[in-house]
Amino acid sequence: MGEFKVHRVRFFNYVPSGIRCVAYNNQSNRLAVSRTDGTVEIYNLSANYFQEKFFPGHESRATEALCWAKGQRLFSGGLNGEIIEYDLQALNIKYAMDAFGGPIWSMAVSPCGSQLLVGCEDGSVKLFQITPDKIQFERNFDRQKSRILSLSWHPSGTHIAAGSIDYISVFDVKSGSAVHKMLVDRQYMGVSKRKCIIWGVAFLSDGTVISVDSAGKVQFWDSATGTLVKNHLIANADVQSIAVSDQEDSFVVGTAEGTVFHFQLVSVTSNSSEKQWVRTKPFQHHTHDVRAVAHSPTALISGGTDTHLVIRPLMEKVEVKNYDAALRKITFPHRRLISCSKKRHLLLFQFAHHLELWRLGSTVATGKNGDTLPLSKDADHLLHLKTKGPENIICSCISPCGSWIAYSTTSRFFLYRLNYEHDNISLQRVSKMPAFLRSALQILFSEDSTKLFVASNQGSLHIIRLLEGSFKHLHTFQPQSGTVESMCLLAISPDGNWLAASGTSAGVHVYNIKHLKLHCTVPAYNFPVTALAIAPNTNNLVIAHSDQQPLPNDKTLLYNPLPPTNESDVIRRRTAHAFKISKIYKPLLFMDLLDERTLVAVERPLDDIIAQLPPPIKKKKFGT
Amino acid sequence: MVEEESVRVVRCGGSELNFRRAVFSADSKYIFCVSGDFVKVHSTATEECVHILQGHRNLVTGIQLNPNNHLQLYSCSFDGTVKLWDYVDGILIKTFVVGLKLHALFTLPSAEDSVFVIINKEKPDVFQLVSVKLPKSSSQEIEAKELSFVLDYINQSPKCIAFGNEGEYVAAVRDFYLSVYFFKKKTTSRFTLSSSRNKKHAKNNFTCVACHPKEDCIATGHKDGKIRLWRNFDDDKKYTYTCLHWHHDMVMDLAFSVTEIIVIHRNLEASAVIQGLVKDSNIFTGLMVDPRTKALVLNGKPGHLQFYSLQHDKQLYNLDIIQQEYINDYGLIQIELTKAAFGCYGNWLATVEQRQEKETELELQMKLWMYNKKTQGFVLNTKVNMPHEDHITALCFCNAEKFENPTLVTSSKDGHFKVWILTDDSDIYKKAVGWTCDFVGSYHKYQATNCCFSEDGSLLAVSFEEIVTIWDSETWELKCTFCQRAGKIRHLCFGRLTCSKYLLGATENGILCCWNLLSCALEWSAKLNVRVMEPDPNSENIAAISRSSVGSDLFVFKPSEPRPLYIQKNISREEVQWGVFVPRDVPESFTSEAYQWLNRSQFYFLTKSQSLLTFSTKSPEEKLTPTSKQLLAEESLPTTPFYFILGKHREQQDEKINEAFESELVQLPLTENIPAISELLHTPAHVLPSASFLCSKFVSSLLLSKETKSGEEIPEDVDMEEGKESDDSDEENDFTEKIQDTNNTDLGEDLLHQLSKSEEKELRKFRKVDYSWITVL
Repeated sequence: MGEFKVHRVRFFNYVPSGIRCVAYNNQSNRLAVSRTDGTVEIYNLSANYFQEKFFPGHESRATEALCWAKGQRLFSGGLNGEIIEYDLQALNIKYAMDAFGGPIWSMAVSPCGSQLLVGCEDGSVKLFQITPDKIQFERNFDRQKSRILSLSWHPSGTHIAAGSIDYISVFDVKSGSAVHKMLVDRQYMGVSKRKCIIWGVAFLSDGTVISVDSAGKVQFWDSATGTLVKNHLIANADVQSIAVSDQEDSFVVGTAEGTVFHFQLVSVTSNSSEKQWVRTKPFQHHTHDVRAVAHSPTALISGGTDTHLVIRPLMEKVEVKNYDAALRKITFPHRRLISCSKKRHLLLFQFAHHLELWRLGSTVATGKNGDTLPLSKDADHLLHLKTKGPENIICSCISPCGSWIAYSTTSRFFLYRLNYEHDNISLQRVSKMPAFLRSALQILFSEDSTKLFVASNQGSLHIIRLLEGSFKHLHTFQPQSGTVESMCLLAISPDGNWLAASGTSAGVHVYNIKHLKLHCTVPAYNFPVTALAIAPNTNNLVIAHSDQQPLPNDKTLLYNPLPPTNESDVIRRRTAHAFKISKIYKPLLFMDLLDERTLVAVERPLDDIIAQLPPPIKKKKFGT
Repeated sequence: MVEEESVRVVRCGGSELNFRRAVFSADSKYIFCVSGDFVKVHSTATEECVHILQGHRNLVTGIQLNPNNHLQLYSCSFDGTVKLWDYVDGILIKTFVVGLKLHALFTLPSAEDSVFVIINKEKPDVFQLVSVKLPKSSSQEIEAKELSFVLDYINQSPKCIAFGNEGEYVAAVRDFYLSVYFFKKKTTSRFTLSSSRNKKHAKNNFTCVACHPKEDCIATGHKDGKIRLWRNFDDDKKYTYTCLHWHHDMVMDLAFSVTEIIVIHRNLEASAVIQGLVKDSNIFTGLMVDPRTKALVLNGKPGHLQFYSLQHDKQLYNLDIIQQEYINDYGLIQIELTKAAFGCYGNWLATVEQRQEKETELELQMKLWMYNKKTQGFVLNTKVNMPHEDHITALCFCNAEKFENPTLVTSSKDGHFKVWILTDDSDIYKKAVGWTCDFVGSYHKYQATNCCFSEDGSLLAVSFEEIVTIWDSETWELKCTFCQRAGKIRHLCFGRLTCSKYLLGATENGILCCWNLLSCALEWSAKLNVRVMEPDPNSENIAAISRSSVGSDLFVFKPSEPRPLYIQKNISREEVQWGVFVPRDVPESFTSEAYQWLNRSQFYFLTKSQSLLTFSTKSPEEKLTPTSKQLLAEESLPTTPFYFILGKHREQQDEKINEAFESELVQLPLTENIPAISELLHTPAHVLPSASFLCSKFVSSLLLSKETKSGEEIPEDVDMEEGKESDDSDEENDFTEKIQDTNNTDLGEDLLHQLSKSEEKELRKFRKVDYSWITVL
C-alpha cells in the first residue's frame, strides 16, 4: 500500500432519521424499515443485511405502520390517512389510497394474506380485501372510542385483537363485533397515570393475547374469558413494541428506555409438558426508544429513535458461528450520499432536503507517516441548496470538473451549472429538462464532465451530452425486454468508453458508449452488487458484492498495491495479498482518490449523531 | 473426682453462628445454628438457647433436618463424622463415621438412606460432592464408607450447591462454571460465563446458587452483584438466562420464597436476632470485664462496644461509642474504637477512638461515660477532642477506694501522660461534673507506652519505651525509675494483695522483669516472650501467655517467686491476642496445687481468629448431664392428679402408710419401675398411640399383678382410685363408680380391704364396659 495524504472530513453533519416501523418478511427473508421522514428501506437479510432498495421519504407521509402481504407486497399506512403500496421492482409508489378514518396507526395482514386490517385515529378498524393489483375496502368493524394503536390477527384468521387507549378489544372477524373488551390497569407503580396506551398486541394461536403498554407492563390475557393471566412489569417507561416468532415460542419487546427484552416459552420442569412464558435476556443496544422490533427465526431485530437498526442473532438458533452470528448495528444508508469533484477539491453532501457544497481545506506542510498536518486553509462551505417541495432527494452528483450539479427527487430532476469567479460562485439552473427526465435513481458524470448518465426508475438509462449552459440528449438504453428492474449503480471508465450499470438483483450490464450499445452482461451472482468501479488503465470492472467478496470482471488477480475502492458499507475483508486493512477511521461514508497521492475520507462518528438526537429517558445510574 | 480431671482448653463462645446457614425446624419452633464444635438449638419464640448439641470433635460444618423424621437433625463436621441428633431432647442418636473431612452436608427427601457431603480427596483446592449411604444399624457408631461420586471440581461452600425439583438435579457453581448434574439421566451439563478478559465481565464469578422449589429454574449470584436466573438448562444449546442487577456488591446468598421472589442477604452481616459474640475486624480494646454485669466487654460491631455474657454465650447489648453512621464500603478509613477502660466499679467508662487517613492527619477523641442507674446504661459525660498529640497507648483508672475523685491516666506516643480528674463543671448549681486534665507528665521526650496504677492507688507506673517511671499519685512527683535496657516495655502491671510491692514488666525483647518497689531493685527476671500479661484481681496470680514457634504457652506465677505455679504448653496454635481473668461467682475448690489458680477466677483468652477460649476441668460428658436430666419428667411435674400417681408424693405417702399399717403393708412397686408408665412418659407425645389404646395398658399397669397380690392389698386402693380419676372418661359408669369410691373411703379402715377387692372387680367391669361402649358408637 502506498503512502497517501488523507483528507479526514468530519463536517458532513448527517443525521439519519429515526426508525419507526420494522416489518419482517419470512418468505423472502427481507426486512422493511420505515423511518420518521417517510423513507422505507428494504434489507435483504440473506445477503448480509444489505439495504438493497429504498423509497425516498416525503414530508407529509409519516409512516406509522408497515406490513408485508403475500410475500412480495409491501403496504404502509401513515398519519396522512393513506394506505400506500410500494412497487418493489420499479422502486416507486404503486398507489396511495385514503382509508377515510383519519391518521392510520396500525396495520395487519391476515394470516392467509388476502385481507388487510387498518386501525385509524377515529377508532375504526377497517378491513380491506387485497386484490392482485389493488386493495378494496370491505367493511368497518365496531367503532371504538379512541384510536386503534395496535392490531393482531389470530393465526386462524377468525379473531383479531386491537389495542386502543386503556383497553384491548377482541373482534370476531365474521361478525365484525367486539367479543371482549379487556381493560388495562392504569396504575403505574402505585400512581394512577392519565392513560394507558396499548402500544402493541400479539394474538397467539392458543388464544393468549400479549399486550405491551405505556405503563411498562407486558401482560398476558386469555381471549376466551377476557381475563388477565400474567403480568410482567419490565420497565419504568413505555413498552413500545412487540414481535412474536412464527413458532410462538419466543417474543421480543422494546421499551422506551432502549432495552429490548426477550421472552421465551419454557417448560416449567424438564419432565412436564406445562410451559410458561419467562423473561430471559435483556439487551441494551439502544440509547433511545425502541419503536419497532421484529423476530426473524434466527435473530431479534430492533430499531428506534437512535436511528440504529440492531440485528441480534439468537445464539441457540445459529448453526455455525460465522460472521452472521455476530451482532449487527446498521446506522447509515447503503448508498452514496457524497460525490466529489476531483479537479476543484469539492465535496457535495446530500441531505434529505438540501445539498451542501464544501471545498476541502489544504495544507502546505509535510510530515511523516501518521502525522496530522496543520491546515493552511480551512474547509469552506460554498453552497447550501434547498429543494423545493416536500419530497426527499433521491440522489445527487457533482461533475468531476466541479461545474455541474445534478440531483433528483421522485418527481423532478434538477441540473445546475456552477460558475466560479475567484471566490464567488454563481449558480444557474438549467431549465427545460426533457419530459422523460423526471426522476432518477442514480446520476453520474463522465470523467471529462461532458456526459451525464441518468438511471431512471423505469429501468432506462439516459445519456446526455453537456454543453456550456445547455445539453443534448444523446441516447437511451432501454431495459432488457421483460424486466422493469431499475438500475441503482453506475460506473464509468476513466477513458469514458465503458459504462457499467447494475440493478438490485440481476447482473451487471456493461455498455459501450462509443457505439452506444450493450457490450456484455456479467452474470448475476448470489449476492447483490454493492459497489462498482472500472480500473483506470486496465479497464477491469471491479464489483463488490454484499457478501464482501470483490470480484474483478475478468479473472485477473488483484495485486498489491491497489487503492481501496470502498464505500462505507463495504467492510474490507482480509484477503491474503490484495487488501490492506486500516482500522484508524470512524464509520466511513465515503472514500475516493483525489489524485495519485491524495485520499479523501468522510467519517461520521456515531457519538456525534447521538449528540444531535433528543435526550434519552433519564435513568438513574447506580453510584451517580 | 475433680482433681482427676485435667485442665483442658475449651471453646466457650465467639464461634461464628453464621458460618453456615441456620436451619429452622419443621414447626419453626426452633432454629439451629452451627457454633464452633457445637450445634445450638434456639427457641424461635424466646431466642433462648434451648440445647447445645455437643459431641463433634472439630468444627461443625453442616446441619440439616432429617427429611424422614423432622424431629431429628443431621450434622457433619471436620472430624469426619455425620451425627444424628434428637434436637428436642438434645440427645445424640447415632454417629456415622465417614473418615474424611466433611465440608458441607445436604439431605434430600428422595434419597432416604443417604446424605450428600462435600469432601476434599486429593488436591487441596478441589472438592467433590459425594453421596454417603447411611447403613441401618442399631449400634451407636456406624461406619459409613459407601461413597458415590456426584460432582467434581466444586466450591467448598454449601452456598455453592443447591438441589432442585425434589432432588432431580443438583447445581454447583465455582469460579465461572455452573454445573448441573441430573440424577435420573446421570449426566452433567456445564455452563461457562466469559471470564475476566474485559472489564465488563471482570467480576462474573459465581458466589452462590439456589434452585426454584417447583420449577426448573436456577438462580445464581455473582461477584458483581448480578443475579442470573437460568432455565432450560437440561439442554446444552437452548439454555437461557435472565440477568437481574440489584446490588453493587457481591451477592452473598440467595433463596427462593414461595411467591417466586428472590430474597437476597446483603453483604454486611445482617444483625441476627440471636447474637453471639459479634466479631469486629480487629479487637483493639482487648478483653475487659464489666464490674457490674460481669460481662465481657470488647469491640463489637463497627463503632460499638459489646457486652457479652459468658454464662449464656449471648450478647447483652451494644454501646454505640462513635455515634456516627457506618458507611460500609471497602477502602474507606473508618473511625476506630481503639481503647476502653472501666473505672470505679463500673461507674465510669473511658473510650478512645481514632481515625488516621494520612500520616499527619490524626483524629483522636476520648469519651468518658457515666453509668446511669435509672436508665441502667452509660451516658456520655465528657468528650475530649485531641486529648493527646499522638496515638494513645494506654488508659487506666485508679480503682483504689481511698480516692474520692475518680482519676484516669492516659499515656501517649507524643511523650506525655496525662492525668484526668473528675471536677465540678462550670454549672452554677455545681451539680454537673466533668473531666479535666490535672497533670501532664513526661520523661525525656520518650514515648509513653504503658501506664498502670498500683492496687492501693498510691503509685503510678508509666513506662517510657525502655524505662519505667514510678510516680506518687498524690503529688505527681517522680519517685524512681527502672531501666533494664531490654527493649521497649510492652506490658506493665503491679502485683496484687501480698505481692503488691512488686512491679512486673514485659519487654519486646522477650524479657520478663520483676522489680521490688521497696528496695527499688530488680527482684528477678526471666526470658519469656510475653504476648499477654494479665493479673488476677482476686489473687496474687498473674497469667502470662508467650508465643513460640509452635503455639502459645500459658504460665501462671506469683510475682513473689520466679517459679511458675502452672504451665500449660500449646494452649492454642494461633497467636493469643488478649486474655482476661473473670471472677467466679462461686469459687471452685480445686485442691490440687496446679489448679488452685482457677479457684477464684476463670481465665479467658481470645485468639487471632477471634475464638474465645477458656480452661475447664469438666469433661464433655459432664456437660451433657443437665440436658439429659430434663428427661426425668417426675421432677418437674406440676401438682395435678397425674402427679399424685407418680412423683415423690407417692413415696412420702408410702412412708405414711407404712407408718400406719406397719408390717401389714408391702412395699409398692415404684412407678418408675413399671415399663408401661416410663414408656408413656418418655415417649414424645406425637409418636404415642391413641389414648384409648393406652388407657387400658396404663390402668392395668397400675394394678398389682395377681402373683404379688397374694397377701394384703389394702394400700392399692389409693392408687387405683387415682388411676381412675386420671382416666376421667366421660361415660356415666365412671361417675357412679366415683360415688362408690368416695363412699368406700368414708367407711372404716377395716372395710378397706374388702372394698378394694370389690373395686377391683368393678374396675375390670368398667374396662369391659368402656370398650363395648365405644363399639356401640
